[in-house]
Amino acid sequence: MIDTSPENILVKVDHLVKHFPITRGIVIQKQVGAVHAVDDVSFNIYKGETLGLVGESGCGKSTTGRTLLQLYRPTSGRVFFENIDLVSLKGEDLRRTRRRMQMIFQDPYASLNPRMTVEEIISEPLVVHGVLPRKEMRDKVKELLNIVGLSSRLVDRYPHEFSGGQRQRIGVARAIALQPSLIVCDEPISALDVSIQAQVVNLLEDLQEKLGLTYLFIAHDLSMVRHISNRVAVMYLGIIVELADRNELYTNPLHPYTQALLSAVPIPDPVIEERRQRIILEGDVPSPVNPPSGCRFRTRCPLAGAICAEEQPEFREVQPGHFVACHMVSV
Amino acid sequence: MTELLNVQGLETQFLTPEGVIHAVNGVSFSLKEGEVLGVVGESGCGKSVSMLSVLRLIPQPPGKIVGGKALFQGRDLLAMTDEEIRQVRGGKIAMVFQDPMTSLNPVITIGKQIAEPLMLHLGMSKDEAKVRVIELLQLVGLPEANMRLEDYPHQFSGGMRQRVMIAMALACNPQILVADEPTTALDVTIQAQIIELVKRLRDEIGMAIIWITHDLGIVAGLAKRVMVMYAGYIIEEADVKTLYANPQHPYTLGLLGSLPRLNEQRHERLASIGGLPPVLVEKPNYCPFISRCRYAIERCRTENPQLIEVGTNHRTACWVDPQTGRAR
Repeated sequence: MIDTSPENILVKVDHLVKHFPITRGIVIQKQVGAVHAVDDVSFNIYKGETLGLVGESGCGKSTTGRTLLQLYRPTSGRVFFENIDLVSLKGEDLRRTRRRMQMIFQDPYASLNPRMTVEEIISEPLVVHGVLPRKEMRDKVKELLNIVGLSSRLVDRYPHEFSGGQRQRIGVARAIALQPSLIVCDEPISALDVSIQAQVVNLLEDLQEKLGLTYLFIAHDLSMVRHISNRVAVMYLGIIVELADRNELYTNPLHPYTQALLSAVPIPDPVIEERRQRIILEGDVPSPVNPPSGCRFRTRCPLAGAICAEEQPEFREVQPGHFVACHMVSV
Repeated sequence: MTELLNVQGLETQFLTPEGVIHAVNGVSFSLKEGEVLGVVGESGCGKSVSMLSVLRLIPQPPGKIVGGKALFQGRDLLAMTDEEIRQVRGGKIAMVFQDPMTSLNPVITIGKQIAEPLMLHLGMSKDEAKVRVIELLQLVGLPEANMRLEDYPHQFSGGMRQRVMIAMALACNPQILVADEPTTALDVTIQAQIIELVKRLRDEIGMAIIWITHDLGIVAGLAKRVMVMYAGYIIEEADVKTLYANPQHPYTLGLLGSLPRLNEQRHERLASIGGLPPVLVEKPNYCPFISRCRYAIERCRTENPQLIEVGTNHRTACWVDPQTGRAR
């Protein structure tokens, strides 16, 4: 179990909003609208846990991760990391805080510079933050390669000489080089084959135990998120609709979207599949430029009533540790 | 049920500057009327290439079909002239591709694109085709179908585009539908919509389907029979229930072990398969899975196993019985 006392909070996200402006005009640009990528999201990440963040494409899960790290500056809201307010930090102060929080990207082909050697890639964060003298750098890189399960003889190779899974290991080595406390993993395995996915997930779990890392694990694969996370948050169209302990969320989903999402995942067992009743959602996700009034999910929701169009449901705690944003869920 | 397609000893190679890549190495299978066959494997295992070879859709060069037969209703697809195979493709055998964003022509309206095979294969007039197109779009569940004929692909969402692709494939009442990872680019809730649609079409129209995928979950709910491919070989083939309940090849076992379960209660470490699939630049005289196999015995080093019968309709290519760890 994860210690969810206030002293154990590593990251506190408080009413985070990120809108991307839509402009018209070339020389004189006028804002004509906004993509509501993240709209009022609040959650905590506790030390040593893995918080899973799931949702379909365009739901704002990656934007949430990036805004949390201040790779995007939020439109409004606060992010506290180790009790420091990141939103008010600028320049050198922000840069120094970034040492403690790192990111692993989705595409291991695009996130490594093809013209840099493995040594240059992995040592870059160490050089930028000036934490090691130059002559110790090579040994450190070799040590990091060993930690992520690659041979230290590979230091002078280039990214194209590696397979997808090996490249993702290089990305992991780069992320842990500065001994961060938080790593945001943005779909780190979705570009990999099934057998390689399991290798990388096992590596991430081993490192968490060894180095005491905290993960925000962003993914769309619900089975993998259940496997790796302690708690899971479900996003839909820029808001978190449900957040709970992993077993609680998967066995007792309360939000109709979570229920539909879980029932849509195919289970690799023909006997279970034969008996399964699916909730098939109608239609597509609405545009985040003009999200529906009231509850975001009401246009596809099988339970939607009159109140859902008028009022945005509050994100409330219905059972200890189980949060849900739905009018139709009774306490 | 009668046999619709019989593929024997199919071999496809690619000529690259690094040498000849052996992509498909003697694949044999058959497909009966109305049957759903799942083809499972990881990227590069030859699952798409073998099905594209059957339809002669491999670009030649660099690709080359070097051997085998593909008998469709008694005629060898691989020996047909270009004109003859064109009559079969899109008519009696249709295909749906992975990426609905790139497999539709962006500058032609949806109505025209679906009408094309109707006019080409069935010789329909423009007006006849239009009526049929509306019927097809309704069949695949596109709302307000008659209003959308003049729309272009970019005006549809990913799931809707895949529905359009399926409507196009169904246009000439094909006997076989080859679906190459048709839901990989889609979100889970949209994927569920498409799979539900295909199941309905399977039951209503009764066409045979070859479903190529890397997702063992989709196959479990959809297919009747499953083939697992590795390094250009079929390494296991069985009824869907037998395969999941009693996998006989170490690779199949490893694949199933690598998958986390949605209904997992206790946290258990995933049984990953170490190493990487090989790139075959020569035909191996050893088992291609040997470098990743923990059951390997001496014989695996010197002889590539053939598919052997291990149960009713259950074949596998392995010298070892992974249940006991002893040689078969």
